[in-house]
Amino acid sequence: MINIQKIRADFPILNQKINGKELIYFDNAATSQTPQIVIDKISNYYLGYNSNIHRGVHFLSQKATEAYENARKTIQLHFNASRPYEIIFTSGATHSINIIALGYTKILKKGDEIIISEMEHHSNIVPWQMLCERTGAILKIAPINEDGVLVLDKFKSMCSKKTKLVVITHVSNALGTVNPIESILSISHSFNAKVIIDGAQAAPHFKIDFQALDIDYYVASSHKLYGPTGVGMLYGKERLLNELSLYHGGGEMIHQVTFKKTTYAELPHKFEPGTPNIAGVIGFGEAINYTNSIGLNNINSYEKELMEYATKELDKIKDLKIYGKAKDKTAIISFNIGKLHPYDLGAILDKFGIAVRTGHHCAQPIIDYYKIPGTIRVSFSFYNTKEEIDIMVDSLIRATKMLQ
Amino acid sequence: MKTISEIQQEIIEEFNIFSDWTQRYEYIIELGKSLTLINKKYKIDNYLISGCQSKVWLNAELVGNKIIYTADSDAIITKGIIAILLRVFSNQHPSNIIDANTDFIDVLGLKEHLSPTRANGLSSMIKQIKMYAIAFRTKLA
Repeated sequence: MINIQKIRADFPILNQKINGKELIYFDNAATSQTPQIVIDKISNYYLGYNSNIHRGVHFLSQKATEAYENARKTIQLHFNASRPYEIIFTSGATHSINIIALGYTKILKKGDEIIISEMEHHSNIVPWQMLCERTGAILKIAPINEDGVLVLDKFKSMCSKKTKLVVITHVSNALGTVNPIESILSISHSFNAKVIIDGAQAAPHFKIDFQALDIDYYVASSHKLYGPTGVGMLYGKERLLNELSLYHGGGEMIHQVTFKKTTYAELPHKFEPGTPNIAGVIGFGEAINYTNSIGLNNINSYEKELMEYATKELDKIKDLKIYGKAKDKTAIISFNIGKLHPYDLGAILDKFGIAVRTGHHCAQPIIDYYKIPGTIRVSFSFYNTKEEIDIMVDSLIRATKMLQ
Repeated sequence: MKTISEIQQEIIEEFNIFSDWTQRYEYIIELGKSLTLINKKYKIDNYLISGCQSKVWLNAELVGNKIIYTADSDAIITKGIIAILLRVFSNQHPSNIIDANTDFIDVLGLKEHLSPTRANGLSSMIKQIKMYAIAFRTKLA
């Protein structure tokens, strides 16, 4: 069960007025808010043991190293990876995807195929286009249907022994669709293709078990998981990570350096050159602890309740059209009202103190699919309430009246 | 003929009557609806100023020694702000356009619409208005 009063008190940022109105934060799919306990963890690092990790013999450095590596263990256990060093810390999901895409530069050959879905975020399109340019591999797009659901049969028919990589978002950031990753994994694996899953929109909302699902690669961002910005993770099976070529050189990633030849350190350090975002990683780990203290199952069922309520209430607005009608959705609703431009509605909602996202959500192909200029996207988190949804619906009706 | 700063002052005074944002926005929306339509032939990609959210089309022509701007957008609030910008900048001499500032937008309480994060094409539109002015001044010289 969710104790909403207690939870809201954990997030100090929620208690403020915007344009004279109580803030209603419905842009969680872009960045989620950070609980006090995570903020404290980060400030305690700077107050008490800020120092470089994996280097010093002194007390502070050891304390910082321990906290940093504890965060790795926390995340390993949370996702049930088999080894802590299969979790690589990055600056975010986009960075993680780029590490994999760069790592395949020497592995892929001309004519090999990469399949991505039509509902990917730009950050899960562009690195693969660039990989294709470097290698001569071919990018194929697995289509969606009008409901915003991946056409699984079509995807299956596109797979062949030429398919080397399948790239799929776990949850669509624009529509909220949850993709059937179990089926995608088993189909892809039967063709010996490796699967890269963008979990940025999934990890905040439900439990994922890397080993049970036999996941090859999985990426996520801390700032969508109630943690700080500028941190993320890349999970890869040990064997796969070791096949990737290295993309960045620097300190800490090396075993020995001479001017003739450098030998590299082991996982995970070879993918974490230079001083990492230590405070961020420690905060990320604490955010996972916080999430687990609430319980992802509780979070998931509460958010589902919010979603169903919001869908029902929004549907009452005349000419409102929801994009993305998958049976399995997370707490994202994308919509338009009649011919009104999402920018106009978003600008007025902002005046009502309501934060939503408008536009193409960095997933332009999907917006082009529906032949619209963009959508208004509301995305919920477990600290939102039905009262906030009521206020939003009321504000949308008022905004519509102003604009017509 | 009013100068750019006189027109800006005039608009600020008009906005002073409004007691809250809803009145300001309703006025902008009205301006957006009544914006003189841009000639269809300019509503193509060549005249498009890319914003990530709403689109802006802008055309400029030199008539005598003054620039006449016409513009359009797919979003009505953006269109309303375009109407204000055109009232300020259109039918002015290129040199005056180049020298003009846009601080009056802040005074009107519309600053957020010109922020690059809004990505509505308006901040690029002002740049483009000035670029045209620079190009036409060279032509006049």
